[in-house]
Amino acid sequence: MGVSARTVSPRHVCATLGVCAISFAIFQISAPRSSQAALTSHEELLQTDSPVGHPGGRLVFALRSEPKTLNPVLAADTISRDVLSSMHADLIHINRVSLKTEPALAKSWKVSADGKIITIKLREGLRFSDGQPFDADDVVFSFRVYQDEKIHSPQRDLLTINGKPIAVERVDTYTVRFTLPDTYAAGERIFDSVAMLPRHKLEKSLADGTLAKQWALNAAPSDIAGLGPFRFRSYVPGQQIALERNPFYWKQDKSGVRLPYLSELDFLFVANEDAQLLRFESGDTDVLSPMSASSYAILKNSANSSPNVCLNDLGASLEFNFLDFNLNDVSSKNLPDVQRKQTWFGDVRFRKAVSSAIDRDALVRLVYGGRATPLWEHVTPADKAWINTSLPRPARSLDQARKILKDAGYSWDGDGNLKDPKGTPVSFTIAVSVSSQPRSKIATLVQQDLGDLGMNVQVVPLEFRALLDRVFNTFDYDAAVLALTSGDADPTSEMNIWLSSGATHVWHLNEASPATPWEAEIDRLMNQQMTTVAYKKRKALYDRVQEIEQQNLPFISLVSPNVLFAAKKNLGNVQPAIIEPYALAGVDQTYFYEKGANSCQ
Amino acid sequence: MRHLSLLRISVAVIASFYLVAIAAEFFAPYGFAVSDREHTNCPPTRIHVVDESGHWHLRPFVYRYVELPGELESYQEVRSQRYPLEFFIQGAKYKFANILSGRRHLFGVASPASIFIFGTDEYGRDQLSRFIYGARISLIVGTLAAAVALFIGLGVGALCGTFGGWVDVVIMRFTELFMALPWLYLLLAVRAILPLRTSASVSLLILLSVVALVGWAKPARLFRGVILSAQELDFVVAASVIGGGKWYVFRRHVLPQTGSLLLTQAALLIPQFVIAEVTLSFLGLGVGEPIPSWGSILAPLARYESLALHWWLVLPVCAVVPLFFSYHEVTSILQRDDIPPMM
Repeated sequence: MGVSARTVSPRHVCATLGVCAISFAIFQISAPRSSQAALTSHEELLQTDSPVGHPGGRLVFALRSEPKTLNPVLAADTISRDVLSSMHADLIHINRVSLKTEPALAKSWKVSADGKIITIKLREGLRFSDGQPFDADDVVFSFRVYQDEKIHSPQRDLLTINGKPIAVERVDTYTVRFTLPDTYAAGERIFDSVAMLPRHKLEKSLADGTLAKQWALNAAPSDIAGLGPFRFRSYVPGQQIALERNPFYWKQDKSGVRLPYLSELDFLFVANEDAQLLRFESGDTDVLSPMSASSYAILKNSANSSPNVCLNDLGASLEFNFLDFNLNDVSSKNLPDVQRKQTWFGDVRFRKAVSSAIDRDALVRLVYGGRATPLWEHVTPADKAWINTSLPRPARSLDQARKILKDAGYSWDGDGNLKDPKGTPVSFTIAVSVSSQPRSKIATLVQQDLGDLGMNVQVVPLEFRALLDRVFNTFDYDAAVLALTSGDADPTSEMNIWLSSGATHVWHLNEASPATPWEAEIDRLMNQQMTTVAYKKRKALYDRVQEIEQQNLPFISLVSPNVLFAAKKNLGNVQPAIIEPYALAGVDQTYFYEKGANSCQ
Repeated sequence: MRHLSLLRISVAVIASFYLVAIAAEFFAPYGFAVSDREHTNCPPTRIHVVDESGHWHLRPFVYRYVELPGELESYQEVRSQRYPLEFFIQGAKYKFANILSGRRHLFGVASPASIFIFGTDEYGRDQLSRFIYGARISLIVGTLAAAVALFIGLGVGALCGTFGGWVDVVIMRFTELFMALPWLYLLLAVRAILPLRTSASVSLLILLSVVALVGWAKPARLFRGVILSAQELDFVVAASVIGGGKWYVFRRHVLPQTGSLLLTQAALLIPQFVIAEVTLSFLGLGVGEPIPSWGSILAPLARYESLALHWWLVLPVCAVVPLFFSYHEVTSILQRDDIPPMM
């Protein structure tokens, strides 16, 4: 989970800043690359069932900024992870379309009845992109790295359950056993996106404590090895990163041709959305993702003049935009004004009136051109397995909102301005990131909606980092329009939001103990679902969490934008996903048609 | 004299802009914050004189616009009913200067039709009305800031010019330092430390003082020069020799020499300062939403989307061209030698 500028959580921001400081690589003598001939030994390749394509071609993709690192152990920002997802592979992968787990480097796995022991069988005979073999020792080594306290890997939290690390042991060359300290509901999902590392390249640096400095952007291509479809070729600061086909990749198509088809995958650095759209329109890039609703509208409008473009709307994403009221503990000395306003924000009736006064359908229509879904709780329709569909979804009702406020003792003066029970006019600010056009627009529309209720609301656009600082550190804000994106369609990925001690418990951070009975109840339910294995039981627990959320409105869920992307029509097997890495999810199978263009998939 | 008639026309154009800005409530068909969510990003309303069946009408009329079913923000006219353009129409209630209240607007059409001469913005607000209200902020800030800057400039210039010596050196070096400041970056930094919530009048005051404080240095140097040279004029020297006191000579003989410079500087600074205000608001440093200023109205033009899909957002730019052109004409005519002295 991360707060979005696209998606960076404060923890990630810190991690990112940490990485920024590292800008030199230590060169080491690498083993010579083995020849292709060595491949004839037994290899257990994974066979895909997608249509057979043609080898060759160069796919160009635009990134908002440069990746911070090429080291998967440290990558915390979306951009780095996008690039690394094409260079590395995980043991068990979450299928980006079905959102279910599927074998990757692991050929098969077994989970014990109590869910505590996971035994993984690896594919035999696989090789890293430098030709060196991959086996259980690399897996054990990788987990040692991720769990190393000194390295501060963002994955470390994920691989720690209730404060205890997962034990990893080698059974034989191709079998690894993971022992979880406690039952863990998401089970094998934790292996997704945990890149397997080459022991032969990194063992020395782990020993001498320099691993965090390895694989910076200026590293030599021969120093980096991975199990992904592509391998690092070159980096030109400020311009691009070029990847080339990994000849040792472990997937093949139905006809037995080794994937990936593409011989090159290039990432250009194009800073803003408009520039990305122009580069795509001019044919410099082949895919545009993630794409905003306004870019979608522009491309759709010019569809006749650019017939080679295929537009896709994948439906709801896992991102939810919400209005967050500041319920943090603030002292009357530092922030008397905020504390005064908390008598309103802290009253659930006030929050309910606000929720009732907001026209969510207008947000969908006006902010996203209809390409979004209104939300009455944080789970989006994309999360089909976990959404509580029995919850009510009331339409906007100003009458209802007025009634709630009236019952709570609020009144209106002659000009229609709302006054609280003490007679103070209700007026507050909504902070929003200036770099997010949709969220600025949401804030303005919410301002208008609440104006109809007699609230005097002011929208304050802030630079993204200044906003994060106010929301997560100084607590000097009244309300804010924010967005969070689930990294996975599973409740355990939301522990940091829902636990009262969680790092992303945005409305009230740093709670020593749950501030309200319902927060205590959510703590209990979330902890219980995390150690329950049966889906039905977990679903019931999580349904209850959503119900409590809707009754108490810790924040007011507003809208979830659809995942949109555009691709050139001559691309085959594009398998975009609603979670990271979005349009790059099926890049190992993507290919260019030799002649003509396909109809849009 | 051709340039005198040009001067008259220019002054008339400028005056009409100010008039419209001051009486914005009357001239604007709608309020600046009224948002019509059924007509967001609606193109300018077409004004017709010929109806569906080919009949001519003396009174221009419009049709109602409705969204095409299933297509967001694509509109078509409902040709079944005409809505004639009406003048001095009863519309939304307003309070002028918090005293006079009224309902009359210069022009409009009967509801449910609407007239958007400049189209609407992304929130369905009438661009023309926002442009007219925006003129108020932009012109007032520009003009008042120019007045303040000229006042400071004249004061500083007079101080340096009259006293000379070390006073002159110190103040003038300080002025130069002031001119060299990268003020736009300074302003961005200043905004970050201001409290989140500032009321509209406070922001207006900040905006005004910021523009004036940045702008006084140049006129100060010019005034100093004029005052220095005025002191050398024969009749000024004569006045001193006869026994005129220092203050008397300054007031009676030196100060009037700055009159024409004051006028040309005003004509030069006002448009400059209006643009300064527009720049600040464009960057989001002006008065907050929903109160419009020309800068915040133009801000959406920074996005490709606006140019690609909503061409009418450029109309306010076209509308300010006559104003700046007139100011330019006034300045260039005032700087000519052959116009009759006015002071």
